[in-house]
Amino acid sequence: MRIRFHRKLDDLKERLLVMAGMAEQAIQRAVEAYRVRDLSLCDLVVRSEISINSFEREIDQMALDLLAMEQPMAIDLRFILAVIKINADLERVGDQAVSISDRVRDLQAFPVVDLPVDIPRMASLASAMVRKALQAFIEADAEVATSVLTMDDNVDKLNDSAFFALSNLIKEQPHYTPQALHALMIARNLERVADHATNIAEDVIFWVRGADVRHHLST
Amino acid sequence: MGVAIEVSDLNAWYGTNHTLQSISLLIPANHATALIGPSGCGKSTFVRCLNRMHETNPIGRVTGTVRVGPVDIYAQASPVEIRRRIGMVFQRPNPFPTMSIYDNVASGLRLNGFRNRKILDEVVERSLQQAALWDEVKNDLKKKSGASLSGGQQQRLCIARALAVDPEVMLMDEPASALDPVSTAKIEDLIFQLKSQYTIVIVTHNMQQAARVAENTGFFLNGKLVEFDATHKIFTNPTDKRTEDYITGRFG
Repeated sequence: MRIRFHRKLDDLKERLLVMAGMAEQAIQRAVEAYRVRDLSLCDLVVRSEISINSFEREIDQMALDLLAMEQPMAIDLRFILAVIKINADLERVGDQAVSISDRVRDLQAFPVVDLPVDIPRMASLASAMVRKALQAFIEADAEVATSVLTMDDNVDKLNDSAFFALSNLIKEQPHYTPQALHALMIARNLERVADHATNIAEDVIFWVRGADVRHHLST
Repeated sequence: MGVAIEVSDLNAWYGTNHTLQSISLLIPANHATALIGPSGCGKSTFVRCLNRMHETNPIGRVTGTVRVGPVDIYAQASPVEIRRRIGMVFQRPNPFPTMSIYDNVASGLRLNGFRNRKILDEVVERSLQQAALWDEVKNDLKKKSGASLSGGQQQRLCIARALAVDPEVMLMDEPASALDPVSTAKIEDLIFQLKSQYTIVIVTHNMQQAARVAENTGFFLNGKLVEFDATHKIFTNPTDKRTEDYITGRFG
């Protein structure tokens, strides 16, 4: 039994989950900052990004060490590859949160208006996808991961309808253009978060089943 | 050129110990095939059944069919003929210690009655070149004994000796396990070169080595062939849980 090696794999998983928690919290805070126009939450998001970036480097180094020193095979090799990719996706989720926070800061210069886009609902769906993808990762459950893939369409649809509604608003009420454009960008950020959740779910399926389901492949 | 080896329902015993149980597989020609598994799993016994070495043990017994190319080696060929067609290299290099390098390589041919000096010279040079040893020993062919070479060179000498009789198959039982990393790399490069001309079967405990040199890999456990598949499949996504447990170190 390679007990020491398998303990190291457990450590790697644990570190990734800590990072995942931070990325998920960053998105929630950024969206809450948008909802209530709270700049102190934006500061928290920016600060947490520094930690997320540091975690990303630490996890990559741990994974690199394991690849170099332990020559993992089969499911262990797939696990480490999945961790490296999930790590990158979580870091990007953190970047999306920072991007939303930047929009919230810029929006401070403009009056709050009621826009035809449900950002909190999009955020809730995207966050649910991230949570479910991570649940699949924690439980090594390819079924749960597969269910995440089907959720992505809903977020894409909300993003499309946001684009349509906000474009119309800009045409009809051009004085709301800055607020509409910022909201459009935030919707786009959330759609990207959902894409990252999809990537994570695909990586879990690859780890657990050895199957590559990216780009609608089913091998 | 190498030939395919077709094994059907092969069973082997040491006394009452049933060490190989109903092994069937097809080893493709001109490929390297690796056999892995824990100690005592039967992989070395299996290889020894491929050139009828198992039966040299007084308590060894074999049933089943092994076809090397078109020949059923247990029904249609003598052990001597088989061992000319199927070369073997062992874990510890075993050159004839008192013979010169030249005589070591020529020994198989001489045993088969070759005496023509010119032909022997040609075969010795060709075999040593194939074994990637020629440049290191060409000036000492008759001056130095096989035992005077380094471990890695001795192993390549043994490979040259096996190649000299122009076999179709090369069996290698942990050929690099007693060698340093540089010598191991030379043996692995050699395997890669040789498989264009020979069918190679290599038993190894080093899974990275199997992954590096072999197109196909078989996993043995408790005398049974658990899984046989393309090497990349075995090492990235094996079908059988026992294979996965073994290669990921979850056994025991």
